[in-house]
Amino acid sequence: MAVKDYIRERFFPHIWCPGCGHGTIMNCMIRAIESTGIKKNDIVLVSGIGCSSRICGYLDFHTLHTLHGRALAFATGVKLSRPELTLIVPMGDGDALAIGGNHLIHAARRNIDITAIIMNNSVYGMTGGQYSPTTGYGNFSATAPYGNIDQSFDIVKLALGAGASFVARTTTYHVTSTIEILEKAIAHKGFSVVEIISQCPVYFGRKNEFASAVNMLKYYRTHTTPIGSKMKKKYPELIERGIFIQEERPEYCSEYDKIIEKAHKER
Amino acid sequence: MKKNILFVQGNEACVEGALYAGLDFFAGYPITPSTEIAELLSYRLPQNGGKFIQMEDEISSMCAIIGASLTGKKVMTATSGPGFSLKQEAIGFAVMTETPCVVVNVQRGGPSTGLPTSGSQGDVMQARWGTHGEHAIITLTASNNQDVFAMTVEAFNLSETFRTPVILLFDEVVAHTRERLIMPEQGEINVVERLKTSVKGGTDYHPYLPREDGRLPMSDFGGIHRFNVTGLMHDMWGFPSTNPKIVYGLMHHLVDKIQGHTEEITRIKEFFVDDADYLLISYGSSARTALHVVRNRRARGEKLGLLELQTLWPFPVDAVKRRCATADYVIVVEMNMGQILHEVKKASDNPDKVFLANQINGSFITPTDVLNILRIIQGKGS
Repeated sequence: MAVKDYIRERFFPHIWCPGCGHGTIMNCMIRAIESTGIKKNDIVLVSGIGCSSRICGYLDFHTLHTLHGRALAFATGVKLSRPELTLIVPMGDGDALAIGGNHLIHAARRNIDITAIIMNNSVYGMTGGQYSPTTGYGNFSATAPYGNIDQSFDIVKLALGAGASFVARTTTYHVTSTIEILEKAIAHKGFSVVEIISQCPVYFGRKNEFASAVNMLKYYRTHTTPIGSKMKKKYPELIERGIFIQEERPEYCSEYDKIIEKAHKER
Repeated sequence: MKKNILFVQGNEACVEGALYAGLDFFAGYPITPSTEIAELLSYRLPQNGGKFIQMEDEISSMCAIIGASLTGKKVMTATSGPGFSLKQEAIGFAVMTETPCVVVNVQRGGPSTGLPTSGSQGDVMQARWGTHGEHAIITLTASNNQDVFAMTVEAFNLSETFRTPVILLFDEVVAHTRERLIMPEQGEINVVERLKTSVKGGTDYHPYLPREDGRLPMSDFGGIHRFNVTGLMHDMWGFPSTNPKIVYGLMHHLVDKIQGHTEEITRIKEFFVDDADYLLISYGSSARTALHVVRNRRARGEKLGLLELQTLWPFPVDAVKRRCATADYVIVVEMNMGQILHEVKKASDNPDKVFLANQINGSFITPTDVLNILRIIQGKGS
């Protein structure tokens, strides 16, 4: 299918600012879904609130645009009641890690077969650029005019610690590997977390000495490195990208099927 | 045929009613005094192929049942005061997206952690106005196990009929009272199934286009129609809209579909009301006390009657107005500081003849509490 067969044209133009990385991610998502071969009718997209969450409306699947932070909780209800459906949950960093942080770690702990895509631009974009749980120490934002004193979450470590069975990190600069990673994450049976570092030139870049979206993308190129590379050993401050874990573990819905079997016997 | 008679708690009667109505999916979080509902359903639901999940909090439980409902399942969650507060944002989402679901709130003493193991009826207004923004809601209650069962079935039926969340507002006293429950046979009580769209695949389906009767046929998530569901104001396709005409139309639809059917939604029980000089109005466990007083005084020839409300919202204004008109005095019996009292005063021809008999200290309201007010009204001392 052509990419445009996956979008709802009547919903365009989209609301994202010029230079925003979220459109790139949407494009990668479409290409990844296309190569998995999963039918549009078998895919449910659930999102919360924020710039990232608007993806839901633009794509032609079963789409559920919910409450700030709660997308994974809604998705859990959909998935458990119809396990044969493919659940994809695009989220922003504030949505996934601040207000929705509890749902993220518990979905990971359950290992329910949902793909969580965290579009990490280190800022609350929709409300005008406040600092988020992934805004770095010393960065500036609309609510950190003197510099941010919060320490930021490492999404990969958080997801690994919470028990996600597939964890990856990529950026909007590395589109080819982003598509491959998303494809594997969606195909993975279990809870998948994919962090995609995405540029917000308007609210994050402007306050943090990035002159343009291109500057931010160049930064992603020069400041990241594949997992376990020689560069990482030489420059430990580089951010690693790639798949950190991909492991088969008991999946929640399959485990629940066993409960139903046991309960039937007791009847 | 031999009747199936159980000896159960109110919470168990609620579970039996939910299963009778066809409950498929329950998500919840432990909280006193509603926990038995979750415990029992974790055991019973998988026996019928249904699903139970204990979520990480009250908020996610509410969200999970909405997600499950959209796939075509009958869903429920159960909680108590503090948990009910946490669910409110998601209840508003169910209102806005017109997603059928049943929310049980077994009331306990509040505010805050309050009195976890004591009875109260303090959440009447929270049930009505807990979520933000203008909206309408259906809230049912019951005073004994047989009615808990019946009202639970009703809650599912109304939820499906009007595509709306329905609140079951029980209280700790009813929830933990053990008494007889005669299990209705299959088919004895009507069960409303979800109205599904007849629009064929490949044809434009409008998830938010009401039929002439106001009902909206649904299509399941994962089914043949792909559509958008959002908590934003939306058009008939479910796509966000800020067009004042569309917003106005949707707002009216959401309110009118319930307020405009108040009579159809009203469930009341009447005891000796026709010639009552003193009309008691009560609901939930308080109505048991009120009924005791009425029967006791009738035996002495005093003309007392009881109007027991089972539908609290939309408030049955006409039914209350009609009964108040023929009574000299009205006494509202409830376990709060007058949440239904004010609704009755508004509905009554003369608010000055409406009095409150209440209890707010965590103990159950007794006949003496009601009789003390009756004596004051009758001028028999203070």
